Amino acid sequence: MESITLDHYLVLSALVFGVGLYLALAKRNAVGVLIGVELMFNAVNLTLIAFSRFSESATPIAGHVFVLFVITVSAAEAAVALALAVLIYRQRRSIDIDKLNLLRW
Amino acid sequence: MTDTGTIVAFWALAALTLGAAVLAATTRNLLHAVLALILSFIGVAGLYITLSADFVAVAQVLIYAGAIAVLIIFAIMLTPNAGRRNDETFFRLPALGIAAVMASTLAAVGVATDWPQATRGPFTETSQAIGEAMLNQYILPFEIASVLLLVAMLGAIVIVRED
Repeated sequence: MESITLDHYLVLSALVFGVGLYLALAKRNAVGVLIGVELMFNAVNLTLIAFSRFSESATPIAGHVFVLFVITVSAAEAAVALALAVLIYRQRRSIDIDKLNLLRW
Repeated sequence: MTDTGTIVAFWALAALTLGAAVLAATTRNLLHAVLALILSFIGVAGLYITLSADFVAVAQVLIYAGAIAVLIIFAIMLTPNAGRRNDETFFRLPALGIAAVMASTLAAVGVATDWPQATRGPFTETSQAIGEAMLNQYILPFEIASVLLLVAMLGAIVIVRED
């Protein structure tokens, strides 16, 4: 069997990123969009960890630290986004992205 | 990484991660999509372990598979009449095209580029190095991240407060 290299991880995270992008662009429910965004965060984190493991660097642990900061920021983002979804639901009885056209020109 | 265990683990976890992600995109029920998302998070945590990133793998399970998944399920439960269907909008085909182009471009660039490869081997232990880096070199981002979390928490409370 061939060995696992950086390329394997890069292709896998590109595919997961693609699935997440599709979800974020195409889903009707705001929570579905958020699921896509979280998948994209995960794909990027996987790339960073793979580079940290396989690339030449003076401080290879910096990739891990950066991923921890990304996880922190995405947790904050998820909390605020879901709070907004609940607030919109209270106003409109719906969190369909299609029906949120208040700012359309 | 050439040993058989790592190779088998990589392919199994890659299939789990990608399969669960596709399931989250295709399933009809939004709650099932969240459950598939949790599976995908756990698959990514396993991939972190194959990359010898033990601390990040534990953080992944705790924060993504634990906290964020519960947060998403709460949001679904708090919007009961909004429908739990996981439909697409009429952007379905353009979105599919954009996502396919994006994924194939990223994969092609990643494979085609000649990245500088290290011969360092796996990390033996990461927790201590991460802790030292966070409290020495990255102390300012660390403090900013804690302020950001506080602000996000207060913001979420203020936004959903009923008065």
